[in-house]
Order: sequence, then structure tokens, then C-alpha cells
Amino acid sequence: MKGMTLIVRTITDFVVAFIVVFGAYIVLYGHLTPGGGFAGGVIIACAFILLMLAHGKEAAFARLPEKAAHIFDSAGALAFLIIGWIGLSGGFFFLNVFGRGEQFRLLSSGMIFPLNIAIAFKVGASLFLVFAALAMFRRRSFRAMIEEELS
Amino acid sequence: MENIAPQLYTLLVFMVVGSVIAVETKNLLSAVISVSAVGFALSVAFLFMGAPDIAITQLVVEVLVLIILIRGTILIDNTSVESHRDTLAVVASLIFFGLLLGFGAMIFGSRGFPEFGEPLMRVSRVYVQTGLPATYAANIVTSVILDFRAYDTLGEATVLFTSVIGALALLRKDGKARGKEVAVA
Repeated sequence: MKGMTLIVRTITDFVVAFIVVFGAYIVLYGHLTPGGGFAGGVIIACAFILLMLAHGKEAAFARLPEKAAHIFDSAGALAFLIIGWIGLSGGFFFLNVFGRGEQFRLLSSGMIFPLNIAIAFKVGASLFLVFAALAMFRRRSFRAMIEEELS
Repeated sequence: MENIAPQLYTLLVFMVVGSVIAVETKNLLSAVISVSAVGFALSVAFLFMGAPDIAITQLVVEVLVLIILIRGTILIDNTSVESHRDTLAVVASLIFFGLLLGFGAMIFGSRGFPEFGEPLMRVSRVYVQTGLPATYAANIVTSVILDFRAYDTLGEATVLFTSVIGALALLRKDGKARGKEVAVA
């Protein structure tokens, strides 16, 4: 995959940072405004997918290596589970034992804030990995694979 | 709340037309784009119904799916499909659709459908009433999916995790050589 034309690549360089910032906003303010970990994670994944489409696989992996994406994916899922276990200290799985804070502030609502971030890491990294797997799959052409299977 | 039925019916007609085109068209790329048009109309419908949370998620996932499906479609050389009617499939779907309508009539028939915009609120009434005081999350949707129903969200995360493992295991480059010695670390 070589990438797209100069126009697409230039515009991508402009917008990718803004897309990531918007995704981070959607995640961090998920408990106050519409959005949340899932939507924000997909937006951040879309930024890296845009990079991959415009510049090719190498440019995207230079910014977010495959290994790091694997770690984010697993760490997000694990962090979600661990926060659930912390709730066990109050008696129930996923009990909101963290301090609630002040209403309508960024640091409020106890465990919802860290859970949003964990979900965002999980969703963003895993969707990026699925797309990367499909892109890698494409590099070996379909026909070559079938011929290989038949031979 | 003002009457939003005309807008919703317009979108509904658009979605039905899009779905029919997606099923009936011969060209795979047209089918993919029709499906996405249906998804975007659904996102607008969510906005009209006052659910920006779901609208954002629907829109974002639709964009991602559109990219993946278009890339998958242009990969295939022959993008037109021969459609053939399978009588058995049509009969089976008609039977199941009839069963669905029958069960719906059994459940709702005696009491009638709830009014539009006034759903049955047995469990969710508690969430709506205690969402803000109990969790301090101003966004009621987040307070439901990450506090009251966090266990469900854990399941959702597990599903995603499993799907990624499955996709990577099926599509990876290394270790795919069949019949040859595969290096095991």
C-alpha cells in the first residue's frame, strides 16, 4: 500500500491532530456531554486509519506501533476489569467506591471517568488493529493466496 | 416536545428505499453505499429523537464500517453478483416474520402499544430519577452504561477483545504456512 495523492496526504497531516484532540475531548468529557469512551475511541482509531489510508501502513505504525496497539488493547480491557474488582472492596462488583467529586466538574462521577478512558483505549486500539490486519491481509493478493492454497 | 413525526417518517421512507436498493442492486459497491446511507439516516433519526449519544456512536461506527467495506469491496475483481431467488429462503423468512408479528401481537395485543415517545419505563425510571444524584455524571447515558450497567459494558469489551484476537489469528501473515514447519517460540 503506497498511499494516496499529495492533496489527500497534505490535508491528512492537517486534520489528524485535530481528530485526535476531538476524540480525546469526547472521551474525557464523556460523563458530562454526549459521547463517551466508545465513540471517542472509534474517533481516535479513525484518525490513525486515515493516516494509514493516506500515507500507507508504515506511517501509521511509526506513530502507533503494532506492539503498542496490542498493549493498549489488552491494558484497556484489564483496567476495566481491575476497576470492577476495586468495587468489590465496597461489597459489589463495579460498585462506585471512588469519590464522587463535585457535580458537573471534570473530576466527578467516581469510576465512570477512568472507565471511559479504559474503554477508549480498548476500543481505539482494537479497531485500529482490526483495520491493520485487514490492510496486511490485502498486501498478499487474494489470487496469490488461493493459488497457494490449491498448489 | 414538538411533533417530529413528519421528519421521522421521511427518514423512515429513505431508509426503507435504501435497504431495498442495497438488497436488490447487482453492484456490490452500490450495495455498500446504500447500507451506509441507511446508517447515516438512522443517525439523523437519533438526533431528531434527542439521543445525541447514540447518534455520535452510530455516525462514527458507520464511517469506520463504510471504509472497511469499501476497501473490502474494491479488493475483489468481480464486484457484480448474480442474484437468484431461493424459494425456500423466501418462504422461511416469511414464516419467521409471521412468527415475529404473532409474538408481538401476543405481548402487546392485550394492552396495546405504548404511545410514541412514552416507552415502558419500569427499570429505566429508576435510572433516570437517580442517575445524577447517585453517580454525579451529567450524561445520563454514561451513568447507565458505566455505572448501573457496567457489567454489560465489560461483556461488550470482552466481545471486542475476542473479535480482535479472532481477526488477527485468521489474517496474520506469520505462521500461516500450511504443511511447513512453523517456528514455535
